[in-house]
Amino acid sequence: MGQLRWRGSILGPRFFVYLSTLVLLLILPLLLSPFNLILLEYGLALALVGLGFNLLLRYTGLLSFGHGAYFATGAYTVAMVGRYIPELYSLEMLLPLSVLFSFIVSFVFGFICVRHTRIFFAILTLSLSMLVFALLFKLYHITGGSDGLYIPIPSVFGMVFNRRPDFLSGFFYYFLVFVFVVGFLFMKAVVNSPFGKALQAIRDNEIRAELVGIRVKRYRLYAFVISGIFTGVGGALWSFVNGHVTPEVAHWFFSGEIVYMVLLGGFANFEGPIIGAIVFTFLKLYAMSFTEYWMFIIGITLIILVLLLPTGIAGGIYRLITEIRKGKTLSGI
Amino acid sequence: MILSVEKLEKQFGSLKAIDGVSFGIREREIVSLIGSNGAGKTTLVNLISGYLKPTAGRIFFGGKDITYASPFKRIKLGIGRSFQIVHLFEEATVLDNVRTPLFARYGRIKSILWSADSYVDITREAIGILKLFNLYDKKDSPAKELSEGEKKILDVAMAFALKPKLLLLDEPTSGVATHDKFSVMNTIVSAIRKEGISALIIEHDMDIVSNYSDNVLVIHEGRIMAEGKPEDVMQNKEVRETILGIQ
Repeated sequence: MGQLRWRGSILGPRFFVYLSTLVLLLILPLLLSPFNLILLEYGLALALVGLGFNLLLRYTGLLSFGHGAYFATGAYTVAMVGRYIPELYSLEMLLPLSVLFSFIVSFVFGFICVRHTRIFFAILTLSLSMLVFALLFKLYHITGGSDGLYIPIPSVFGMVFNRRPDFLSGFFYYFLVFVFVVGFLFMKAVVNSPFGKALQAIRDNEIRAELVGIRVKRYRLYAFVISGIFTGVGGALWSFVNGHVTPEVAHWFFSGEIVYMVLLGGFANFEGPIIGAIVFTFLKLYAMSFTEYWMFIIGITLIILVLLLPTGIAGGIYRLITEIRKGKTLSGI
Repeated sequence: MILSVEKLEKQFGSLKAIDGVSFGIREREIVSLIGSNGAGKTTLVNLISGYLKPTAGRIFFGGKDITYASPFKRIKLGIGRSFQIVHLFEEATVLDNVRTPLFARYGRIKSILWSADSYVDITREAIGILKLFNLYDKKDSPAKELSEGEKKILDVAMAFALKPKLLLLDEPTSGVATHDKFSVMNTIVSAIRKEGISALIIEHDMDIVSNYSDNVLVIHEGRIMAEGKPEDVMQNKEVRETILGIQ
C-alpha cells in the first residue's frame, strides 16, 4: 500500500527535479539580463496556458484550436478594467476578475463544443475564437479595434509602481512564479485525482466511461472550463508583461501557436507544455530578431520535431534518461 | 425474479428485431442466451441495458419498471454489462481500469485535489477484485498490453466493480483462443457465483453454454424458440435443427 501512495503523487521521484527548478526560478533574476528575464516571464505565463491546454489534449483527448479566445478574455479583462473601471485596477482584483470572465466564456463555449469530438470539436473551438476575434476587432470604440488597448502597471494592495521594467524584474516576477507554482501543483493534483482518471477514461473509451457511471459531456465541460481558466489567467499575466493587447491573441493563428508550443515541449508528458512554452518564447523572439522570415524557422523546427522527436522535447529527455538507465543496467550485468 | 421482461418488441423500420419476448431471471441464476446471427440477442441485451428503447412491452428490474430508464439509471440500479468487443481504458493500468468504476460507484469521481492513490480503501477493493479475476499480477500493466483472454476478463471485472445485481455479458469468449475459453469462463463464472450475481450471457459455444448455465434461452427471428435447462434445450428438436444444425 505504501508504494501505491507514492505513485503519481507530487512527492514522487520527480519531486527533487521540481524543487531544484523552483530554486533556479527564484535565483534567475540574479543571473539573467532584464531582457531575458522578461522573455522568461512571457514563457511562464504561456506555461500556464500550456498546462491548461494539455488538460484537454493529453488528458481528455480533445484538440482545441480556439484557446486564443480564453487567453484574450483574460488579457482583455485586464485591459478593459484599466480603461473603464480604473478604481478596480489592482493585481489582487484583476486576477480574480480574469478567472471569473474566463470561467464565463469557457463555460458558454464549452457547453457548445463538448457535444462533439475530433475534427468537429477542433473546428467549433476555432470558429468560436474567431467570433471573439471579430468582436474585438470590430467593436473598436470599446476594444480599441486593431490598435488594441494599453495595459497600465497595476497597483498591488495599494503599492504603486512607476516604471514597468522595475515592476517586471521585481515584485511581478516573484508573483508570476508564485501563480505558476500554484497552477502547476493544482494541475498536478487534478491529473492524478479520481477526476483526472475520469477524464483519461473518457479519452480512452467514451462508451465504457459512460457505462461505469461517468457523465461524459459534463466531465468534458469541467475539463474545458478548468482549461479555459488556466488560459485566461495566463492571458492576464501575459498582458502585464506585454503592456499592450490586440485582437490578434484571439485569432486562430495564436491558438495554433499554443498547439505548436505544446507539441514542441511534448504533450504526452505533464511537464512538456511548460518546457514547450518557455522554449517557444525564446525561439520565436530570437528567430524574429534573426530574420524577418522567422516563421520559416518555426516551420522547419516543427518538421524536425515531428520527424525526429515526435514526443517533443520532454519526451526526448525522458527517452534519453531511460536509455542511460538501461545502459547502466546492462553494464552492471 | 430480479429481471422480468414482458411482451417486449423492437421494430427497426419494417424489421421486427424483437417480437413479443417474455422471460425472467431469478436471483443468482446464470442464463445463456443463444441464437443464430441476427436473431436479436444483442438487441435484447441493448434493450435491457437501456441502449435501445422498446417499441412495446415492459422491463422490470427488482420489481421496478425500468422500460424507459436511461442506461445511467440502470447502472445505478445494478445492471452491469460487458461488450462483444472489449471496451477498456487502454492507456490506463489494469488497476486504474477497475478503480475508475469504483470511484464512480462511491461518488468519489468528482474528487479533484486528492490523489487517486490516497483512496486506500478503494485501491484495496480494486486489488481484491483483480485477485478474484486472477489479474492481480498485471495490475501495473497498461490494459492494452493484456492478452485477448485477459482483456475479456478485465472487461467483466470492470462491470463487476460497479457491484451489479445483474450482469449482461455479450459473448465473453469471442476472440479468445479455443484453449483459453474455459479458463476465461471459469474465472468469470466463479467470481459471479461467489458474489451471488445473476447473469445473462450471450454465447455461441454450446460446450460453454451447457457447462456454465442454469438455464438457456433460445431466440430465433426475434421470438423465444425454447427455454429451460441446458440438457432439455439441447434435446429440443426445433433447436437442434434450426440453431445447432443437427438433424
